[in-house]
Amino acid sequence: MLAMNYRGPYRVRTVERPMPEILHPEDAIVRVTRTCICGSDLHLYHGMVPDTRVGSTFGHEFTGVVEEVGPLVTNVKVGDHVLVPFNIACGKCNFCKQGLYGNCHESNTMATAVGGIFGYSHTAGGFDGGQAEYVRVPYANVGPTVIPPDMDPDDAVLLTDVVPTGYQAAEMGGIKEGDTVVVFGAGPIGIMAARCAWFFGPSRVIIIDHVDYRLEFAKNYAKCEAYNFKSMDDPVVFLKKTTDWYGADVCIDCVGCEAEGNALQTFTGKVTLMQAGAATALQWAINSVKKGGIVSVVGVYGPPFNYVPIGNILNKGITLRANQASVKRLLPRLIDHVQSGRLNPKGLITHRVPLEEISEAYRIFSSKLDECIKTVLIPSTKP
Amino acid sequence: MNNQNQDFKNIPGWGMDIDPDNEPTYPIKNYTGDDHNRSNYEKAEQQPVNIELLKSNERPRPSAVFGTSVPPSGLSGAIRRYAFKHSEDRYRHWIPLILADRINAWEGIIDDFKKGTIPNIVKERGWKSEFRYNPVNMIGKAAITLAVGGLMIKYLCKRK
Repeated sequence: MLAMNYRGPYRVRTVERPMPEILHPEDAIVRVTRTCICGSDLHLYHGMVPDTRVGSTFGHEFTGVVEEVGPLVTNVKVGDHVLVPFNIACGKCNFCKQGLYGNCHESNTMATAVGGIFGYSHTAGGFDGGQAEYVRVPYANVGPTVIPPDMDPDDAVLLTDVVPTGYQAAEMGGIKEGDTVVVFGAGPIGIMAARCAWFFGPSRVIIIDHVDYRLEFAKNYAKCEAYNFKSMDDPVVFLKKTTDWYGADVCIDCVGCEAEGNALQTFTGKVTLMQAGAATALQWAINSVKKGGIVSVVGVYGPPFNYVPIGNILNKGITLRANQASVKRLLPRLIDHVQSGRLNPKGLITHRVPLEEISEAYRIFSSKLDECIKTVLIPSTKP
Repeated sequence: MNNQNQDFKNIPGWGMDIDPDNEPTYPIKNYTGDDHNRSNYEKAEQQPVNIELLKSNERPRPSAVFGTSVPPSGLSGAIRRYAFKHSEDRYRHWIPLILADRINAWEGIIDDFKKGTIPNIVKERGWKSEFRYNPVNMIGKAAITLAVGGLMIKYLCKRK
């Protein structure tokens, strides 16, 4: 079968690989019908995530048709068209039972700080991902969800990560009616977080980035205010001023470890790797939120450590909330939002690329070429 | 792009998920009390361990399922084995892993040559798209690389 193959920073290709096999009684084998490149895949592509081994297949956003199931799989059957949450979750451990499906304790041998994730380095379990024609799906009784017959497959594939992560970013903000919410990062997750924030009743949603075409897209898609931080002297002062010198009620970091905008953060985090990426967006979020406000983090950072103003978290009484999205917990609500027409996930998709052209697809997304927002890869095995 | 949305209450779905209980102290989980049972929860059947599996030393046994993609090998594998002797708290865990990743990229190129494959760096890096959509930047970067390379060669020749 054809699969994406990582060769080192900024180098990927497709190769022929052996078909995946059932290795556990709760496994399923899925024939991929849609798969996306996620913004967090770019951290792998750029060599920012430790223990990303050459030969790995990325991809944690995918849908597909169940081709084979292990003897203990009862919740899906051969032929079902399913969307597969990016978290690999057993459904039985204490964390899964409490709805923390992103923190499963039985899906990652290599690290305790994160649950298993498809195609996201050995730090996240060493699983092959969905940027392939076929993929092994562990715990098939828990994650895979049959796509409702009236749902567009392009909407379904975005329910595996982008929509739940954006929604949970807003949910973790504890937004109250009338609040002002600031979202850092106008990538797919940031745009979705800004759109989902409205579900919680704020009066203002502001998005901050430095790429004009993405800001324009965000303004139209998420009905929010959009500002380019390169056009302002100091984003924190700007946000204080625009909130009557008070600070935002909620700040959301949707950027993670590859932020721009602060030379020291960039040098220490991206050039010299003296910290786990540049934490500029998180620094701005902490310094822009009001006293007693909430900072929600869904941007991905590497595991070692980052330079952030922890003293300001203490002195301002900020609550910091963060997690990998608990996709399974959120799916029923989000499927309802999509089916009722309140959310239009596929509106984010700007590029559809055959799996064979994966190197070009990564370059286009990574370099923000051709006004790319979201790329869907289509394997040739798609019916 | 400054245009505050005055009509926000008419955005589809506005306010319909307001949760008055969602205060900062309100956990987004269904608390069961099972945390106090620690690791004594029902576990799935153990996936057979028939590959070399590097395990975090912060857990007593492998997780019930695990990925089998790319077991450790070569010099990078030796470094990874060293890294996994140390906990996720230690720099001596993470920094060797980053070093191993960089060495692994070179091992990949050597492995390609061993198999008779010449890596197509231009294709793998997607330079066709860069040239198509961003030619000025691409040409600029190439010119700088050539200039710096040329100067270095000139300097080295002069020293000789």
